[in-house]
Amino acid sequence: MSAGTAVMAARRRLVIERRFVIGGLLVAIGLIELLVFGRVAVKGDAVFTFTLTGAKVNIPNLTLPAGPTSTIIGAVTTALGLLYVAVDLPKVPRRLIAGVSLVGLVAAVLCWADASRIPFPFVALLASTVASSIPLMLGALSGALCERSGVINVAIEGQLLLGAFGAAVIASAFGNLWLGLAAGALSGGLIALLLGLFAIRYRVDQIILGVVLNVFASGITGYLFDSLLVPYANRLNSPATFNPIKIPLLGDIPILGPVLFDSTVFLYITYVVIALVQIGLFSTRWGLRVRAVGEHPEAADTVGINVLLTRWRNVLLGGVVAGIGGAYLTIGSVGSFAKDMSSGEGFIALAAMIFGRWTPLGGVAAALMFGFATALANVLGTVGSPIPSDFLLMLPYIATIVAVAGLVGRGRPPKADGQPYVKA
Amino acid sequence: MSDVPTSTPPETTGAPEVPATVATDGSSPGPPKPSAGEAGRSVAKALLDAVLEGSSVVVTILAIFLAFVVGGLLIAFTDPTVLHAWGSFFSNPGNALAQTWDSAAGAYSAMLEGSIVDPHTVSAAFHGGSIAAVFNPLSETAVNATPLILAGLSFGVAARAGLFNIGAAGQFIGGAMIAGWIGFAVHLPLVIHVIVAVLGGFVGGAIVGWFVGFLKARTGAHEVITTIMLNYVMEYLILFLLGLSVFRQPGRPDPISPPIAPNAELPHLFGPNLRVNAGLLIALAAALGLWWLLERTTIGFQVRTVGANPSAARSAGMRPEWVWIIAMLVAGGLAGLAGSTVVQGTDFVLTAQIYGTYGFDAITVALLGRARPGGTVLAAFLFGALNAGGIQMQASTQIPVDIVTVIQSLVVLFVAAPPFIREVFRLKTAKAKAAGEVEAKGWAA
Repeated sequence: MSAGTAVMAARRRLVIERRFVIGGLLVAIGLIELLVFGRVAVKGDAVFTFTLTGAKVNIPNLTLPAGPTSTIIGAVTTALGLLYVAVDLPKVPRRLIAGVSLVGLVAAVLCWADASRIPFPFVALLASTVASSIPLMLGALSGALCERSGVINVAIEGQLLLGAFGAAVIASAFGNLWLGLAAGALSGGLIALLLGLFAIRYRVDQIILGVVLNVFASGITGYLFDSLLVPYANRLNSPATFNPIKIPLLGDIPILGPVLFDSTVFLYITYVVIALVQIGLFSTRWGLRVRAVGEHPEAADTVGINVLLTRWRNVLLGGVVAGIGGAYLTIGSVGSFAKDMSSGEGFIALAAMIFGRWTPLGGVAAALMFGFATALANVLGTVGSPIPSDFLLMLPYIATIVAVAGLVGRGRPPKADGQPYVKA
Repeated sequence: MSDVPTSTPPETTGAPEVPATVATDGSSPGPPKPSAGEAGRSVAKALLDAVLEGSSVVVTILAIFLAFVVGGLLIAFTDPTVLHAWGSFFSNPGNALAQTWDSAAGAYSAMLEGSIVDPHTVSAAFHGGSIAAVFNPLSETAVNATPLILAGLSFGVAARAGLFNIGAAGQFIGGAMIAGWIGFAVHLPLVIHVIVAVLGGFVGGAIVGWFVGFLKARTGAHEVITTIMLNYVMEYLILFLLGLSVFRQPGRPDPISPPIAPNAELPHLFGPNLRVNAGLLIALAAALGLWWLLERTTIGFQVRTVGANPSAARSAGMRPEWVWIIAMLVAGGLAGLAGSTVVQGTDFVLTAQIYGTYGFDAITVALLGRARPGGTVLAAFLFGALNAGGIQMQASTQIPVDIVTVIQSLVVLFVAAPPFIREVFRLKTAKAKAAGEVEAKGWAA
């Protein structure tokens, strides 16, 4: 704001630049699809299956000649990219072009990867996407809950990890999965308690605090794992796991049924939390107050909203939500706890939340994108694709960098995010 | 040190509760300056006030002490013997307390033996044993501290420019990759080889760091996101490279590179039996150089000004974008140097896990050192000693080494929260700060 004209000039340059960069990127992608995927690499057909064994409705397999399909997709993408550069399009067509090109890229990659190999299990890919996104979605929601009230939550990783630990130990010791789920939620809440104590009460810088709490969670679970869980593995670290529950009727819908309505209780909890957080934050009095506290705590205080109480409540709620996500890592999927098993998913969730511009639905969408890339790498590994899996696993992170640098632009955090509040 | 009030995270965390005139930078170890109204009083009185009100040095010491107490309790109460003794607390309370003390004290003395000096080796040396063995714990501490100093400086220099560099891990990998590749694939004469490889390490990290600064300056992409993402990109990149025949050690199925040439190894400082090597000198030189750069040059002044207030810096004719790029380039280079000291000084091969926990250790070390080069060196030696001692402790007492991570995180947590320490130790509350002076940093730099 200080140097207005300079900033405006820089911004205008940026807009022009962005048009050329994105357009150029699309053309480049199109040419790669056209020349590499379409001509050199691909021989034979790619077969996609859409039904799992035992489904009631059978959808025929889709067989695509890999080469020609990639060529067509590449030609279309190149044309769209040229259009993007040549014409200064309004927002909606611009986004449409970007979206279509991305879907095309995924399709071309799938064709290339699956040509002349075993049929590609499309439903399994989607189901695996949703499953691996559960902790990411819950983590992103936890972040949104905290940050909308003005407390930065970098400790999602620690909340996931301690949640996973607590759920595994309690579920194993008491032989009760629901007790384990509750323990996971409370363990996430425990990290949130420390976050709230030091951020709200002692006003420690919140980004630092989050990083330190993650290190703490890693240390304490690692220490307890070696000193207790290894010697008493049978009693303390061999929990059962939740079984999938198929929802009647909905679970039989072709493609969508097995993906969305035939999963463990964690997915259904996630649906509920998504709805509650989205509606709660944007359509209720509570949400309005939370957002007021996150944007302008002094104003909120003036009209009688208890700023610190609101922040405490949201931080603890966030911790519980992330703790459930952590519980999924143990009693929702693999069962027993392993050291540092959250392996950076909390940071991905954080990035997803920022990527989704501090909105619950945006964060969930970004989390699904990350989940898709992980699932894709796994499925392609089983199909035996020619792409090195390391590169594939790199993709979502590169995509995020491209997105924050160009496509998405600057997201705006809540104005008072990270600022401790002291009543005047 | 500087009079420019900066808003870097480490300082604002320490600063808000400390009276402004009492030295807020942790790197001036002398007695704190008396505050304005107390100018006439004796030094002793000022010192007493500093202790009672908790100057930053006192708070730091108390924070470290408290972290060790909590760690000790954790060690004691996960020890079956101690728990058993507490089971019969009412019949024999003395035993319970004694067992608790023995458990924690045993762990900590093992830690001291692994990091400072082991009495057994001293007595052995008098009876014709190895002298080197006496100094081995100190050597191990220095070896552990070396990459921590460099990585901590990396975080620190970015923090002084107002940037939050979580990307030390990725930059470390960038440096290790290039230093390692020069080490095993290139053939150069003695002395030149080791220097070229170290410089390669700097360049490798600097490229990764520069990219972050460039993205921030040109597009506004937040450095927290880009550094986290680049960490993953680099982790997969090194995994991918180690799968290629160029990087793969012949005859090994696991991802590991060939060993670097002896010419590229950092020379040992005190004979072949002590692992401490020239990497330590590089780290100390880097700390000195960074201090000079930050405090004695125009670039350093610009870095500190932009870190304090980018808008004000812009009004004064500086270009924050340019400063961000420079700061990230240097930060990345320092993390890259950390990578090169590990590859050329201790590991001698590249593996997929070479970056270890240096990414986050960098942050904790720099926070403890308040982002100042001198403080960072001291903090790195403390953490290096903890790491070296922790390994010895696990070997001799079977207590998991992860306790060190717990203690380290608690140290930083407590150091960052002076009001908490004052409450625990019942120190006088320092003169209340006006609400407006609390300025922790949010996402927007």
